[in-house]
Amino acid sequence: MNKKVIPEDRKIISSTHVKIGQKNQKDQVHTEPNEFFYGVERITKFFTGSEVIQSAIKVSHCDVMVAYPITPQSEAAALIGELFADGYIGDYFRGESEFAVMGQCAGAAFGGARVFTTTAGPGTLRAMENFPMWAGSRLPIQVCVTCRGVNSPLSIQPDTLEMSYLLETGMLIWHAETAQDLYDFILKGFIVAEQPDVHVPIAVCCDGFFVTHTKDTVDILPDDVCLPPYDPYKSPVPCMDMECPPVRMMRDPFIMKSNYIHYATHASWQQEIHAAVERSRKHTIPFLDGLIDIENGDRDILIIGSGTAVSQSREAIRLLELEGIKVGLIKIKTIRPFPHEEVREALKNAKTVFVPEFNIVGWLAREIKAIVPDNDKIIAGPHVAGGMTMPSEVIVVEVKTALGLNVEKIKM
Amino acid sequence: MDLYKVSPGPESFLPPAAAKMGNVLPDPGQGHIGGTIVPEEEAMEMAARKFLEGKVPTIFPGPLVLWHWNEKAAKKAKAIRALADAGPFRLIPMADYRPKYPKINPEVEINPNHPNLTIWHNEIDVCIFVGVHCHQANLSLKIIRGGTDCYTMAMCAQAGHEDACLSFRDATVEKIERLTWWVNKLKAEGVKSQAKEFTQFKHIPKWREAEGN
Repeated sequence: MNKKVIPEDRKIISSTHVKIGQKNQKDQVHTEPNEFFYGVERITKFFTGSEVIQSAIKVSHCDVMVAYPITPQSEAAALIGELFADGYIGDYFRGESEFAVMGQCAGAAFGGARVFTTTAGPGTLRAMENFPMWAGSRLPIQVCVTCRGVNSPLSIQPDTLEMSYLLETGMLIWHAETAQDLYDFILKGFIVAEQPDVHVPIAVCCDGFFVTHTKDTVDILPDDVCLPPYDPYKSPVPCMDMECPPVRMMRDPFIMKSNYIHYATHASWQQEIHAAVERSRKHTIPFLDGLIDIENGDRDILIIGSGTAVSQSREAIRLLELEGIKVGLIKIKTIRPFPHEEVREALKNAKTVFVPEFNIVGWLAREIKAIVPDNDKIIAGPHVAGGMTMPSEVIVVEVKTALGLNVEKIKM
Repeated sequence: MDLYKVSPGPESFLPPAAAKMGNVLPDPGQGHIGGTIVPEEEAMEMAARKFLEGKVPTIFPGPLVLWHWNEKAAKKAKAIRALADAGPFRLIPMADYRPKYPKINPEVEINPNHPNLTIWHNEIDVCIFVGVHCHQANLSLKIIRGGTDCYTMAMCAQAGHEDACLSFRDATVEKIERLTWWVNKLKAEGVKSQAKEFTQFKHIPKWREAEGN
């Protein structure tokens, strides 16, 4: 890389918009993003995650929200309906299924709208075909994924397995640890995803129930400001045009013509989507203050995770510290783009690294093992799934066992 | 990570996207040459020099400047025509992005799905994209880099293109005129255009013949 992006710079080269400084239909002032996030004084609230999603959308100047009920996002979707009733959202309706919802979101985005939706678990999988379609069509739609179990037997409880299905869709994927993260990620996600050089969809993920249904202290923006409108004229592809790609590609795809150059075009098209995800680093690093957070990164033992696994690890580290075991913590905020360089650098001196996850397969550990040269030091675990909690003591036991220390069995 | 140098091809069966190799787009006031970030003026001078050195230097104007969809587009189109005349450089339009079947006419058009056909047919060795939507420009730039030896440049109205050998960003009418100024300056300093003689279009419309054009 020939140019380092410095998190301290904290400025995004955002699109200028003629409506900055003007008021929208609810008398909210369209505010320049850097001023919006760092200049406007915030108000402290004690909200559930669902209320946080509603609060973020209230100041996002969202054009269209399409809803469909599935636990644990149903409450957020319903609360956004109240925003529509109050006039904060341009249009709001219920789709026929998650698949239909994502198709309807695409239609609205093709027409030049800022679009938001929420989904979870089996809903995410039911809608899956649409996500690479969104990305391939360069539609900067935002979907908030409130993760839950996906497989039979039915579980509505938290589980991050569904995120692994999203990894190669060409979407940006951010993973919120707390309600505050969720609020900021939703709003910043719109700005980053809509940058002309990025312009791909974004999945802002959080752990269902742990974040959506618990209350937390959150600093939110006042209702009298909002994001600048989305500017579809800066899109890297033409707006809805049935004669041109990407729309025409879907009814007359070049892949149907069997020759080398048409395949090469499709390959180049895919490359361009993944290139767009990479370009988002430049905008995301200053906005999220880096793609990872590091606490005591110089320690021999590190825990690395994303989402609420980070919160549980933080408490586990406190418990370990009481026993004289010093452990550092690394929080990953963006799963796509994955912070390869940052993680490699952060883990280079560690002797043992634990990756606690709320899913049975350990997809995050796999991602990390794939980029670290001495990856035998990566311990994929502990894992819980299907709605189990991950008590901090379970992480403590994992660490102490790996270190060969005596551990007290945890009684279930 | 070492800098991935974006050079004329033919690079490979499927060259990588420069952004995936770690190349970063320039900030306002900057451009890039081969992937290295440079001041915009340096990129402009190099673009003018490359154009004058080319045997078949060609401008590919896209739909954003070919169609009169707003006043700015019309002004940009005039500025591009002035740039073409300053060389002189050829103009081959990318009027839209539709896949053309059974095949395009590479003599008079370029298409983002198979831009190499136009490069090969006309033996274009230096080209610049302007007014092409960013996604389609990047498709074209990668395919051209993969299979041809053409030096590619992109004058982008948005954030620039890592997949071009040279690019600058936020292209306004004034910036297009600035590039023309650089061409004229180099010519005044004695740099001679190496372009082969050419007729802009194979068939001159009758009304233009009548006007003596």
